[in-house]
Amino acid sequence: MRLTVDHVTRYLYDQPVRSVVQSHRLAPSAFAGQRVLDWEVTVSGGLRGGAHRDGAGDMIQAWTIAGPVQEVTVTVRGTVETEDLAGVLRGHREAVAPECYLRPTLATRVDVALTGLAQSAIGADVLALSHALSAAVADAIAYRPGATHAHTTAAEALALGEGVCQDHAHALIACARSRGIPARYVSGYLFATQDGVPHEAAHAWAELHVLGLGWVGFDPANRCCPDARYIRLGSGLDAQDAAPIRGIARGGGREAMDVTVAVQQAAQ
Amino acid sequence: MLSRTADNLYWIARYMERADTIARLLEVGSRISLLPSAHGYRSEWDSLLQASGLAVAFAQKYGDPVQRNIESFLFFDRDNPSSIASCITAARENGRIVRTALTSQVWDALNTAFQELKALEREERSRLELSRLTDWTMRHAAMLRGAIDATLLRNDGFNFLNIGYYLERGDNTARLMDVKYYVLLPRLEFVGSGLDNYQWSTLLRAMGAQRAFHWAYGGEVTAAKIADFLILNPQSPRSLATCAAGLVNHLGRVAKAYGRETLAQAKARALLAEVEGANVEAIFDEGLHEYLTRHIAATADLALAIHDAYLSGEMRQCG
Amino acid sequence: MAQFNEMFQGTGVRTPYGRLQDWVAAMPQELRSLKQAEAEALFRRIGITFAVYGEGGDPDRLIPFDMFPRVFAAAEWAKLEKGIKQRARALNAFLVDVYGRGEIIRAGRIPGRLVWQNEAYEKAVVGFVPPKGVYSHIVGIDIVRTGPDEFFVLEDNCRTPSGVSYMLESREIMMRMFPDLFRENRIEPVDGYSELLRRTLASVAPKKCKGDPVVVILTPGHFNSAYYEHSLLADLMGVELVEGQDLFVEGEFVWMRTTEGPRRVDVIYRRIDDAFLDPLCFRPDSMLGVPGLMDVYRSGGVTICSAPGAGVADDKAVYTYVPDMVRFYLGEEPILQNVPTWQCGKAEDLKYVLDKLPELVVKEVHGSGGYGMLVGPKCSKAEVEAFRAKIIEDPGNYIAQPTLALSTVPTFVEQGVAPRHVDLRPYCLVGERIELVPGGLTRVALKEGSLVVNSSQGGGVKDTWVLAE
Repeated sequence: MRLTVDHVTRYLYDQPVRSVVQSHRLAPSAFAGQRVLDWEVTVSGGLRGGAHRDGAGDMIQAWTIAGPVQEVTVTVRGTVETEDLAGVLRGHREAVAPECYLRPTLATRVDVALTGLAQSAIGADVLALSHALSAAVADAIAYRPGATHAHTTAAEALALGEGVCQDHAHALIACARSRGIPARYVSGYLFATQDGVPHEAAHAWAELHVLGLGWVGFDPANRCCPDARYIRLGSGLDAQDAAPIRGIARGGGREAMDVTVAVQQAAQ
Repeated sequence: MLSRTADNLYWIARYMERADTIARLLEVGSRISLLPSAHGYRSEWDSLLQASGLAVAFAQKYGDPVQRNIESFLFFDRDNPSSIASCITAARENGRIVRTALTSQVWDALNTAFQELKALEREERSRLELSRLTDWTMRHAAMLRGAIDATLLRNDGFNFLNIGYYLERGDNTARLMDVKYYVLLPRLEFVGSGLDNYQWSTLLRAMGAQRAFHWAYGGEVTAAKIADFLILNPQSPRSLATCAAGLVNHLGRVAKAYGRETLAQAKARALLAEVEGANVEAIFDEGLHEYLTRHIAATADLALAIHDAYLSGEMRQCG
Repeated sequence: MAQFNEMFQGTGVRTPYGRLQDWVAAMPQELRSLKQAEAEALFRRIGITFAVYGEGGDPDRLIPFDMFPRVFAAAEWAKLEKGIKQRARALNAFLVDVYGRGEIIRAGRIPGRLVWQNEAYEKAVVGFVPPKGVYSHIVGIDIVRTGPDEFFVLEDNCRTPSGVSYMLESREIMMRMFPDLFRENRIEPVDGYSELLRRTLASVAPKKCKGDPVVVILTPGHFNSAYYEHSLLADLMGVELVEGQDLFVEGEFVWMRTTEGPRRVDVIYRRIDDAFLDPLCFRPDSMLGVPGLMDVYRSGGVTICSAPGAGVADDKAVYTYVPDMVRFYLGEEPILQNVPTWQCGKAEDLKYVLDKLPELVVKEVHGSGGYGMLVGPKCSKAEVEAFRAKIIEDPGNYIAQPTLALSTVPTFVEQGVAPRHVDLRPYCLVGERIELVPGGLTRVALKEGSLVVNSSQGGGVKDTWVLAE
């Protein structure tokens, strides 16, 4: 499938800030399921900083914006040719040992309820268990935008029984780790208008490590594994660690953020 | 050098100079209060608090201006950021941060003042004569100044210390004069009276300049002579002219060393030109208070320019 | 328990201490008190106040200084030096390996769990090789002695070992107070340390650095207990001492804010923990660090010493495997031995530890400063039992070691001179070359019989001499 992305993030400060530093994880992952046709990230008033590919295989690009500045716009535009690999991250080069992804973080720490949910899943092997865990999370947390916020933990979302893709991913990661399966957070885009379900085009899911297959994606929010509708950007221990844009502004201004994302199928 | 280091050095100087001024102010107060006064000694002390810009803070904490409380407030009180104790502590802390930019003599002078201050704070207050406290303060301020002049490398750090000194000193001289003219002498008919002359000489004494004044001018103490001495005379160590010249000199040296002029140099030169171009008649025509207010504002503006150009670390030219 | 006295052997005096006997004998009590007061005044005068890493406490506190030096003969030191350098090389090889291919884990010589699930293992630097392949540029190795030829490593410090200012200042003060001692004994100087440190740091400048590298020391600030040390090292090396707020990232580089405008920084000797280095990469609430620093680092614009992630090598659970690292990476037999260590996380070890608890020393895996530890033989039954409960609750958090008969060195005490237990922390510098100045920080437990040398718990310091051949 050929997908085009148009993703604009505007940061607005109520008073001019002295400088802004950002770290981007905004390049499509290099693996067998994705081929980049064109891709460009621009930052208004930005100076391109150092770039490197990290141990998890993500391309990281730094930007700095010299102030005083009151508005910063990050624009991502591009086209990617995707292929359905049934969630398997084939041909992705990375150096981080899967065991690193057994570590808990603040957002993915388990409580009694999460442990219980994890134990309720049954599977003959790791792959089957992973599917079962993903289904269990999907059943336990209903999709409802606005019920949770950026800092909601997996345990809180489960207690609430509602959440968005970030909460689903966190809960699945927490459950998987508690069953000894390395799991990580993946951020990316989703072309999701075809079934009429209004999911956000900026999307997140989880990857679980299955011996023999490697990393396999699971999207509890949509009860499926990532296919050709998905564009993968990068991964981390949790949402914060995998954030496509991390940034900090120097100087007192309060920040407001405005994001628009459109993912469309390109004419062949 | 690091902007923060320059900032620390600049503030060491400003705090020590400020402590020195507060000590002199306390001395003025105690002398004036010895004079039989037309409007009671309370208002003399009140005027002093007005002068130091601390009247409101004092009233909130202590109420009436009783001499003992004023002494505590201006010397020991840590809640008062301009008290001598606060200033010396802040100067020493700034020094500790940039310990390696100082010679051991300079550090010794700062640290000794601080250690002795702690000893003073432990002493029973009733055994501490005000004159002992003010002498002590001025002695340590002078010792620090001496250690700086005698031992410090003449590099940019030395210039930033001096910039701090001259800036604070010029500002303080202007304020002290303003107090005398505007606050201490509330009614016009006192001008030229015995009280007026006494107050002027007390002011001179507080600035440690009484003898120097007599050598330079001789004869009777008059407002005009004093204004000439404290504003225009380049021989007077505390005059506005001397301080402005010091600022031009040290900012000039910084500009030369860095091969780059900033707004600060231009403003310092303008300040000096203003003082050099003035004469006593013109100042009194404008009104001494109006003239001094203008000078104080120009000094504050220069301080801001120095901050922006060197101390804030926000300059953009990449080197 | 037989304790090795480094000065006296039976009725005789061991050679390195030969001349010190006359020195002590010739020092009457009054002179001693006078000298002691003089030393203290000197320390206070120069403003040296200090606390060993992680001990906290009053920033203006003075550590007791004992004038009786600790002495090593040239031959003793030669062996120690070889052992220390060997260990420093192995630790760095281990770090490069575990952030690279992880051969030692693949070879089954160390459990992957200890590394990959270690809090100090930084996923963010996996696959990145720092300049010259050095992660830990200053390795502080804590060593105890139990006999003429028996040295054991107590722990390794690969992050930012502190205390070197005490090595330098103790020597300065001893030379000022007792010049005759230095004329009579041929003592190797230690004051080359700062120049070696500067050269070491400059030698690991990043590829993008052209010309003379600009080195800075990054301190958490003047409220930090080791601030004096930071400023002393900056002064001796002639480099700027910066706080996070003095640095900023623009484009591909890190800059410092100077009165002449931004100046590029090539090498940062940081004295702050990984977690605070960069709020964009680690703790987002950190005010001490520099936003964007890690991106510059990983794209080769600046070198950070020690490298983020170096802490995984000095973890007390990983410590057990250092002798294996020496064999695995260097193909050599370790010159310095580890203290035998039981991992409470292992079932059979735990059983042994709980059985023998009153005889053992138990430490927290991530603890430091002598806190959170049990010295079995020195504790009451109730204290031992309380600690037992803590171990059972979280066994993986503890390791245990036998109570060693630490060597003693004569020390000035109120009654005269008496033996007190000591340890040693030398500072090994690793850059293009591996360097070690002949000396280190000797800490002494001033309380009679005490084995805890930490300054927060009654420890002091001594000048450490290495005699020339």
